[in-house]
Amino acid sequence: MGPITVLNELPQWLNLGIGFLIGIGFGFALEQAGFSSSRKLAGMFYGYDTTVLKVFFTAAIVALAGSQLLSYFGLLNLNMVYVNPYYITATLVGGVIMGAGFIMGGFCPGTGISALSIGKIDALLFLFGGLAGAFVFAETYPMIQTLAGANYKGPVRIDEWMGVSPGVFTFLLIVAAIIMFWLAEMAEKKYARPDITSEI
Amino acid sequence: MKRKYMNPYLAGVLLGMVLLSAMFFSGRGLGASGGLKYAVVAAVEAVDHEHAMESSYYRKYFENGENPLKNWLALEVLGMFLGGFISGALSGRLKFKIEKSPNITNGKRLFFAFLGGLFFVYGAQLARGCTSGAALSGMAVLSVAGFMTMIGIFGSAYIFAWFFRKLWI
Repeated sequence: MGPITVLNELPQWLNLGIGFLIGIGFGFALEQAGFSSSRKLAGMFYGYDTTVLKVFFTAAIVALAGSQLLSYFGLLNLNMVYVNPYYITATLVGGVIMGAGFIMGGFCPGTGISALSIGKIDALLFLFGGLAGAFVFAETYPMIQTLAGANYKGPVRIDEWMGVSPGVFTFLLIVAAIIMFWLAEMAEKKYARPDITSEI
Repeated sequence: MKRKYMNPYLAGVLLGMVLLSAMFFSGRGLGASGGLKYAVVAAVEAVDHEHAMESSYYRKYFENGENPLKNWLALEVLGMFLGGFISGALSGRLKFKIEKSPNITNGKRLFFAFLGGLFFVYGAQLARGCTSGAALSGMAVLSVAGFMTMIGIFGSAYIFAWFFRKLWI
């Protein structure tokens, strides 16, 4: 029964080794998806390439439905899996800052790492900027500490929030994803930029 | 020869299986910006130990007596570089290159890449996670924070996209 390393006393090197192996899979999947290309990622916001939406929602649904199934068959205790806490203000302000960073830099941290791993120099600068961002955050933390902790709601789950079961919510998310995938395929035709997509 | 990228839906299934493995084996999701934070925390402590110990922000990462780089997320981020490299090697995409629109200079691309990284990771520290750790992993565990982070990042990027369109199209 999972989570394996949480429920069993394993040596630290094994926990860290599992993290390293999962990282290899993560980096591999991102690069295969084409997330090592900033112009491909940016296509999401101008309509000529919507790979980001397709990969992102497919992955979220596979992990969500997969973990629900494992839990149903008693193979995974979902109460022991980390649920991100919800700080309303920090999530909103942080999200808006991240979106601005995404469109300026063309990457998010994970895709920047993926792009640097195959030699993209622009990704190197993005990650230098990222290190600078983490440093500036640490140094300005005393000033924004109040904002960072404001309106704390705890690790709220969306199914409880909406008053439906996890299964019903998963089904609704799948329906929403299919509609978005259909819109995305249409957008790629309407906003097609063969001059860009042939180069990336 | 450069090979085509994987079909996006198939790549999504692969990424979802990796995330599910992280949940099943380690009881947690994936992450990326956190790895950069640990690198900065370790570097600041190495350069100026006194400063790190005076600040409550840095000090908390040293309270258990361990090196901040000796944790799951730091190792996972290290693995990402190897995984990306293997994928690039198999698909013939290993190449030093500045990727940009032909309408802008290299300098402009690199300047905005740096600025974008600065903004992104600053925001990720505030929101307690980026696209991987908060949005994707959060959605997989039905966390409201995960869905709100996803809406925040993509909604904001769509709004700012008009102002920065000359960088890309």
